[in-house]
Amino acid sequence: MEFLSYLISGISLGSVYAIIALGYTMVYGIAKMLNFAHGDVIMVGGYISFCAMFYLHLPNVVAVLLAVVVCTLLGIFIERLAYKPLRNAPSLAVLITAIGVSYFLQNSALLIWKAAARSYTPVVTGTASLLDGRLSVSYISLLTIVACVVIMLSLTLFVSKSKMGKAMRACSEDKAAAQLMGINVNATISATFAIGSALAAIAGVLLCSFNTSLMPTTGSMPGIKAFTAAVFGGIGSIPGAFLGGLLLGIIEALAKAYVSTTLANAIVFAVLIVVLLVKPAGLLGRSVPEKV
Amino acid sequence: MTKAKKKFFSLKKTTRIDLATYLGVIIAFVVMTVLKDGGALNRKTLGLLVPICCYMSMAVSLNLTVGILGELSLGHAGFMSVGAFSGVIVSQSLLTAVPSAPVRLAIAMIVGASFAALVGLLVGTPVLRLQGDYLAIVTLAFGEIIADLVNCLIVGYDASGLHILFNLSGKKTIDDLGLDAAGYAIIKGAQGATGTKTIASFTAGFVLVMLTLVIVLNLTRSRAGRAIMAIRDNHIAAQSIGLNLTKYKLMAFVTSAALAGAAGALYGLNYSSLQSVKFNFNTSILVLVFVVLGGLGNIWGSLLSAAALTILPEALRQFADYRMLVYAVVLILVMLATNDPQFKTFFAKLLPHRHSAEEKEG
Amino acid sequence: MKKKFAAMFTAAAMVFTMAACGQKADTPNTPSTDGSGDQSGAEVQTFVLGSCGPLTGGYAIYGQAVVNGAELAVEEINASDSTVKFTFLKQDDEGDGEKAINAYNDMMDNGMQVLVGPTTTGASIAVAAVTYADRTFMLTPSASSPDVTADKDNVFQVCFTDPNQGTGAADYIAENMAGAKVAVIYRNDDAYSQGIRDTFVKEAEAKGAFEIVSETTFTVATATDFSVQLTAAKNAGADVVFLPIYYEPASVILSQAKAMSYAPTFFGVDGMDGILTMKNFDTSLAEGVMLLTPFSANSEDEATKSFVKTYTEKFGVEPNQFAADAYDAVYIVKAALEKAGCTGDMTAPEICDALVGVMTSLSVDGLTGKAMTWNAEGEVSKAPLAAVIENGQYVMK
Repeated sequence: MEFLSYLISGISLGSVYAIIALGYTMVYGIAKMLNFAHGDVIMVGGYISFCAMFYLHLPNVVAVLLAVVVCTLLGIFIERLAYKPLRNAPSLAVLITAIGVSYFLQNSALLIWKAAARSYTPVVTGTASLLDGRLSVSYISLLTIVACVVIMLSLTLFVSKSKMGKAMRACSEDKAAAQLMGINVNATISATFAIGSALAAIAGVLLCSFNTSLMPTTGSMPGIKAFTAAVFGGIGSIPGAFLGGLLLGIIEALAKAYVSTTLANAIVFAVLIVVLLVKPAGLLGRSVPEKV
Repeated sequence: MTKAKKKFFSLKKTTRIDLATYLGVIIAFVVMTVLKDGGALNRKTLGLLVPICCYMSMAVSLNLTVGILGELSLGHAGFMSVGAFSGVIVSQSLLTAVPSAPVRLAIAMIVGASFAALVGLLVGTPVLRLQGDYLAIVTLAFGEIIADLVNCLIVGYDASGLHILFNLSGKKTIDDLGLDAAGYAIIKGAQGATGTKTIASFTAGFVLVMLTLVIVLNLTRSRAGRAIMAIRDNHIAAQSIGLNLTKYKLMAFVTSAALAGAAGALYGLNYSSLQSVKFNFNTSILVLVFVVLGGLGNIWGSLLSAAALTILPEALRQFADYRMLVYAVVLILVMLATNDPQFKTFFAKLLPHRHSAEEKEG
Repeated sequence: MKKKFAAMFTAAAMVFTMAACGQKADTPNTPSTDGSGDQSGAEVQTFVLGSCGPLTGGYAIYGQAVVNGAELAVEEINASDSTVKFTFLKQDDEGDGEKAINAYNDMMDNGMQVLVGPTTTGASIAVAAVTYADRTFMLTPSASSPDVTADKDNVFQVCFTDPNQGTGAADYIAENMAGAKVAVIYRNDDAYSQGIRDTFVKEAEAKGAFEIVSETTFTVATATDFSVQLTAAKNAGADVVFLPIYYEPASVILSQAKAMSYAPTFFGVDGMDGILTMKNFDTSLAEGVMLLTPFSANSEDEATKSFVKTYTEKFGVEPNQFAADAYDAVYIVKAALEKAGCTGDMTAPEICDALVGVMTSLSVDGLTGKAMTWNAEGEVSKAPLAAVIENGQYVMK
């Protein structure tokens, strides 16, 4: 029973990581860049939905939608201004710019909303009681898990079936060839950022509902964890991000419960290193054989 | 044209750049020392001298991994951490045995470098077979693990020698070391190293930067260095001509770790208090920014950008609340500008020498 | 493309020139001109007082409170008919030793005579060593480790020390909740949290009046989820959970405990203060929480009321204990300066020696304690008050 309750807290934490990792992996898979500002877009999503609910007293659903819209616009805006001019630059230059954007978002949030933490009211409250009350799962955990699965499945469908999705895959394979086939590479990459940022907004709402506190630095640590999760599952792979996030959460929870709360983080990273040594492209990643 | 000048220009271009780099560092040191002794520097500038030397050495050593070996490392601060804390332990336990501060500092830096090299070897051997972003994430993971482990470290010193305790359960404290009455704590878990005697000096910083330069430049220009760059440019081709990939990759990686360790020891001995959170992901990223901004493989570029980006947030202090925001904007603008084709041609026209240097980099 | 680039370049160039200009403008300010200017006519003495803390980054929540609290006190004093006036400097130290020393040096370059800061423990220890060598008077509002003041006669604290808090909490639980099963959840990468935990556990073992049944930790990297720690406490049968942590993670723990229907008595320390004024916090979650605090933002005390009101109006957020400590710190400095009879044209070391001489005989009434006094080690003596949260209000016990 104890094990089950630890497992459940691991799964709910893992699905929070997974939902952030999906955004990371989406952008990486297509634009081939590590968007370190992703965690901060999540924070912005959290603040927007907070303000909508707390100051404007909008219904939760509307608040979430508003956060999605604002973050999507923000994502497109960032991409236009900071990443697009670097389309042909070395990938490290883009990485540094992303870090600059991350600092920018964090410090803007600090100026706008101040440093004092806000307490976030979860979008859904309450707890489901299972097995005669011996096991309890909060509704927000259930919502996160469901949202995560739905997003993962619809993203997989979108990328494999839709026209835009096919264009994205083409860009991911070979930008120049995709261009020759008449695909608007720039528009496709912008669309990827829009989707990634929309996901970040949803992730922001769920993260804050789970963690119930909101600060300008809220997004950075989960961002790094989710990035790890994305690599763990095989970066660029959508089911991989889901699996990676989930496993990361479960390992973290079980390590806390059975080994040491102090070393939980170190254990997560140690497992990651071992997995990558055995499977160098992550759990579900494709290892591309190199041509000579 | 004088004879010396003629001789200088008859040298190979890389040699010329290297000599100019050494000369630049020496001149900068002499100028700063004269200004310092003349009392022409304000306190803030004085306080920045040692950290700038540390960051310069960090940037040059990371450039060896990222620019010359071509492997992205996001855990360079981890090596700095190993060097810093081992350096602090050594220096604090030799307080009575070695009364001379410069000697103690030198010993601490050597020990810091050795420990960091050892850890570099342990980490590098298995992980260097990974590539690209996967290697990056493993180095990131390593940096986080080091930070967590140092958090558990409790170290004290008394008449019977050094006492080290790993507080893995989180339940031990400094009292569990069983120090005698004259004993003192060196590292107290999360509280970090406190009460460290600060013995770092600008001269030591200068020596560190010069040593780093000599080691990195000589390695790069040697046969081994050419092999390392061949691996960077095309590892399959390099392997096909019989180069031992693991050996050369490790050579670069461990050297880089050792130098970071020495820089860490100097850094650790410049402040009376030091916590392991200092050497987290953000510090690794900061050093990476130095390297990328200075140009991959460009050693003097790393030196310049390390100094510039350490001074920048300090120079922006009068922006008060907007300081870090302005810093972020400057960072983005500089990255955009340096990667803008027009900017490059503009610069190439302005500085004819720069043009050839750029071609070499590309 | 060309235009855009030109605009970008100009912007960058402007930023750099502005930075350069500002620096030059600072230099002539160095000898405290404001100080010497005022004193000629009246007997008003103006001192340059500096304060620093993390204004950006993860600890900004504490640094901003400290700097704001100090600024508010300075403004009040300057608007009053006090003969001691201050020129106020503030700097961001990012909660880091290296940056804190840079911030301190920057303020010294600008003529600072007295330091009210830094905010965090690590940064304070680093700066304290420098102030000791320089002979600058340092009064930290919130750095609570004994290492900050150890062996330095010029460094004083306004807040309780960590051992002080740990002992206080253990005493209170032993007296009022004897036989309790206590779980401890603390942050093991934080000096404050670990410091309190260490003394608390030591005292608990020495007293033997209550039992520690579970001890779990978290770090900044694992602060997203506390359900495992709470489950462990619940399974160990703990009826008291001791939280020697700040209110921000504590608020998360309270809400996650409620979500898993676990309702022990939560016992906090001074870092817990601020939880009730956290924006949008559901105060019903904190019902029955006990804490040791020197300050209460919803106290009926007149001085506190007016402080909370002005602070909230000025900065748009409610003050917490950090702000109150810093506010007190400025008044303590003022009282000490008056008692020592310092004048604005004295150098920082002269002021330091004068203040060190009077600190141990000083007694100040502030928001965080009545009749605060200091010993030669720099530790404050004031009574911690045990409070219980009832109906969203502190009820003093």
